[in-house]
Amino acid sequence: MSAPVTPLPQVDHARTVFADGLALDCGATVRPLVVAWRGHGTLNAARSNAVLVCHALTADQYVAERHPVTGRPGWWDTIVGPGKPLDTERYFILCINVLGGCMGSSGPREEMTDGEGRGLGRPWGTDFPSVTIRDMVHAQKRLLDDLGIERLLGVVGGSMGGMQVLQWAATFPDSVFGAAPIATATYHSAQNIAFHEVGRAAIHADPAWRGGRYWEEGRIPAQGLSVARMVAHITYLSEQALTRKFGRRLRSDTNPLGALTFLEDVFEVESYLRHQGSTFVSRFDANSYLTITRAMDYFDLAAEHGGDLAAAFRGTRTRFFVASFSSDWLFPTRESRAIVRTLNAAAANVSFVEFETDKGHDAFLLEEPAFHRALGGFLAGCADRLGV
Amino acid sequence: MPDTHAPIRYVAKNMRLDLRLIAEMIPRGATVLDIGCGDGALIAHLTAEKGADARGIEIDMAAVAEAVAHGLAVIHGDADDDLAFYPDGAFDTVVLSRTLQAVERPRQVLRQMLRIGRNAIVSFPNFGHWQLRWQLLIRGRMPMTEAWDRPWHETPNIHPCTIRDFFDLCALDGYAVEDWLAVDERGLKAPWRHYPRLANLFGQQALFRLRRR
Repeated sequence: MSAPVTPLPQVDHARTVFADGLALDCGATVRPLVVAWRGHGTLNAARSNAVLVCHALTADQYVAERHPVTGRPGWWDTIVGPGKPLDTERYFILCINVLGGCMGSSGPREEMTDGEGRGLGRPWGTDFPSVTIRDMVHAQKRLLDDLGIERLLGVVGGSMGGMQVLQWAATFPDSVFGAAPIATATYHSAQNIAFHEVGRAAIHADPAWRGGRYWEEGRIPAQGLSVARMVAHITYLSEQALTRKFGRRLRSDTNPLGALTFLEDVFEVESYLRHQGSTFVSRFDANSYLTITRAMDYFDLAAEHGGDLAAAFRGTRTRFFVASFSSDWLFPTRESRAIVRTLNAAAANVSFVEFETDKGHDAFLLEEPAFHRALGGFLAGCADRLGV
Repeated sequence: MPDTHAPIRYVAKNMRLDLRLIAEMIPRGATVLDIGCGDGALIAHLTAEKGADARGIEIDMAAVAEAVAHGLAVIHGDADDDLAFYPDGAFDTVVLSRTLQAVERPRQVLRQMLRIGRNAIVSFPNFGHWQLRWQLLIRGRMPMTEAWDRPWHETPNIHPCTIRDFFDLCALDGYAVEDWLAVDERGLKAPWRHYPRLANLFGQQALFRLRRR
């Protein structure tokens, strides 16, 4: 991590601007509200074929196309596209950069504004108000209202995306026909908050962070952000997956007993993690990372309903598909099962599968044919019932 | 209720014959929970042909994934653990086909079925069938037949019972037997349906419709 890393390049993201702004759960108002988003497929005349894909912590709206910053394929390219489970020939697929993100939506990296929405000529940085998952969903709802979409055929998302799906179903039940919360939970556990805090502490400890005002010098806290990513990445995998991919293999170009090896990678798994960390800092903003991890930590759907999770879904007519992965220890199956049981108690229409895999939490982003078939079938079932 | 004595009118593809008999017992538009639904053949049939709101529970991952891929509302779970979470009277009918003998606590499962459903339809292989009695008597070994086709050390069927045992349990727990019949392995209704002792001897599969008293 010795090479200097330049701040994120400025990219023209497609966005919709709401001049009146958005009042947040914390009491502050972000004005204007900027929502960066991408659409794939065609919205039908009845506006009944829209499927919203909610992205996870470090993903963005580039779900099914080449990423303008990294040049890599869309993060869910495997399942979003013509003839794929999220079929762009049948559905209008929307993906929106979350509030607080760093790919064009209102967030710490965008220009700070005053109460009247006037630009102040500097980024928000740590002055960006704290946001919640519900704020993210409210911002998405503004865009859908603007597009004239009264009801989504489906809302789909994994991990933090799944939190948004649950929030959508609880907050706007009549606007969601089918909901697929994947590898997620109704609240962020103490262990997950703890892992997030290690990442935040690493960012804070980087001298380049400068109390969050790193943008003043055109630098970024690359070391800290990279360590945050490395820790987080371990939680996305499983012990079995790490063993299968790397085992205890040594890097061939190092001398395992050499005096200097404490300063360089010895094991393959180390190189892999460092690579994950260093590529991450070239596409993600540190203050965004702090803002969004906090939003996840705050998430507790039951607490919003006086501690009664069932109240969040009482009387719901939304159809649910809940999915978990057997080796996911970040959002383990028991969390999904708790969602299912709550939905059963509400007499909701719910499907649930725990998919057998060794890929850990990341499985929802990877090649899992049985999961993809089930998700596609669930959406198709919703579409059939709506006559789409 | 439809006439359960009428001949079979409809055969769904890949649907077991005992499932057809069960489908005949379920009125149009009912809300149904099928416990141990496999790949969802019965709920698909009830949804498509009877306008039912039919859902399922299945323990096998591949079968659940298949059912969900066909747009059916099935959850990955099991009868012993998952029924407690449904509210009272959530369904018109709760179905448990060829599964009762394999659950850990059959009495509890029945109790839950009749709590969350107004009716319960239960089918199970009859351990009182003459071939089983004969094999045990003559050979002195655990019997194996078409219906009981796994060796004792591999069978998931840990709670076998006979038709008469089942009548006793219904009486003990206060369930009204609305209808019952004994069938052979191919699902044909046997003529001794009104004589429990004969049915217990000659019926390979039993099918009961119960109601809370």
